[in-house]
Parts: sequence; C-alpha cells; structure tokens
Amino acid sequence: MEIVSYVFMIIGGAFYLLGGLGILRMPDTFNRIQAGTKATTLGAFALLIGVGIANPDWILKVLLIIIFIAISNPIGSSALAKATYLSCELPSNLVQDDLKDFVGGQKNDSN
Amino acid sequence: MKYVATFFVLFASYILLAGFQLQELLLGVLVSGVLTVILTNLVDYTIDVRFPIRLIIFIFAYIPVFTWQLLLSNIDVARRVLSPKIPLNPGIVKIHTDLQGDFAKLTLANSITLTPGTLSIDVDGEHIYVHTVDVKGKTPEENKEMISGKFNKLLGVIFK
Repeated sequence: MEIVSYVFMIIGGAFYLLGGLGILRMPDTFNRIQAGTKATTLGAFALLIGVGIANPDWILKVLLIIIFIAISNPIGSSALAKATYLSCELPSNLVQDDLKDFVGGQKNDSN
Repeated sequence: MKYVATFFVLFASYILLAGFQLQELLLGVLVSGVLTVILTNLVDYTIDVRFPIRLIIFIFAYIPVFTWQLLLSNIDVARRVLSPKIPLNPGIVKIHTDLQGDFAKLTLANSITLTPGTLSIDVDGEHIYVHTVDVKGKTPEENKEMISGKFNKLLGVIFK
C-alpha cells in the first residue's frame, strides 16, 4: 500500500515537472497557461491521492481538496487568460480570433 | 425546500469531515445555518427532488469522462512539451452552448479548460470563447463538436 502511494506521488511530481517545462518552453502566454493548468491539476490530484492512500484517515479531506482544486484551478487560469487578452499585446501566431468582436472596446482600457 | 436541502448538504459535509462529537454537531449546525442564509440569498441555484439523481449521474457518468479527458490532455501536453519543435496552430474560437444556468456553464467552461489543447477565456451569455492550441474545424459547428460536444450533451442531461 505504501508503494502504491509513493507511485502516485512520483506521478504527481512528474506532471508538475512537465508543467514547469511547458511554462518554460511554450512560445506565448496562452499556451503557457494551458500547459501549466493541465499539468498542475493532474499533478495535484495524483499527489493528493497518494497522500490519501498513505493516510486512509485523511481520505475525505483529500477528496474535498481535490474538488476545490478541480473548481478553482481552471477558473484561475481563465481569469489569467482574460487579463492577458485585455492588457497585453497578442501573440502574432494566432490564426483566428473570435474574441476581438466581443471584447473590442474594453481592450487596453485598463492601461 | 431550498433552505432545508442546502442546510442538509452543508451539514452532512461538515459532519463527514469533522466527526460525530457533540461540540462538532453544535458548531456544524451553527456554521451550516449561517452559510445557508448567505448562499441562498447570494447565489442563484435550485435544489429539487431530482438533486440526488443528478448527483449520481454526475458521479458515475461525468467524472469518469472528465478524468479520462484530463489524462489525455496531460499526455497531449507532455507530447507537445517534449517534442523538439512544438507543434502549434493556436487561435481563439467562439463556441455556442445551449446550457442554462451559471453552474452548468461554469462546469462546462472548467471541463473545456481541462480537456486536451483548449482553454476557456470568457463566457458571454450563450457563447464561450476558447483558446485552442490547434484550430482544426473550419466552421463554428465543427469547432463546437470537437471542443465541447461530449461535455455539452452530458451536462445537458445533468443540469436539464
């Protein structure tokens, strides 16, 4: 049982590593946010499940933390992405931009 | 009805986490009562008799699909990050959704963020704006089918 929990923790750590590598290697902000969000969400899940298996008393609390992370992590990344869209210059490699029509006037108002 | 249901959901979660001693029960009643008043007045949602059924569908139909997509998206991220030249064709696309209610849209937007290659940026009424790593579809319908099709149907069943 202990070994299973360590395996989960190592998997979680590996995904965190991949997320960090993604943030370093991706060429623009949106892609960095994407890599970061996905890898850290699954990394945190795997890590917490590992902790839950190692300490069965904590399993309910661990599940609760997982639920909160599953709700708040994507919301945080959406907020970051929207703030980026509104206040920064857009990356030049976008092939399509539907958000322009909707946001239009709001952009750069914050500056 | 709404007050009672909210109170019971909160109280049950509190007791499950805290244990069954007398102090915890009393504090649980107090905390859940305050939270019930705050939540029912500030947040727009409904709890009806079908809530347990929806919860069961949510747990047994949505969560496995969601977990599988999360795994796929991580493999996708790993593949992109580790390949020498990162394959990208990014764009922001607009996706139409017929889901009603804030919770349904929140869940859909979160699911989109955690599925392979997509990140929801903004929600405007019936549309979700999604940044996608690889724009494949030519028309909005194709994009919709590819990005949110599965979750849209599933959440349509759960949230009506």
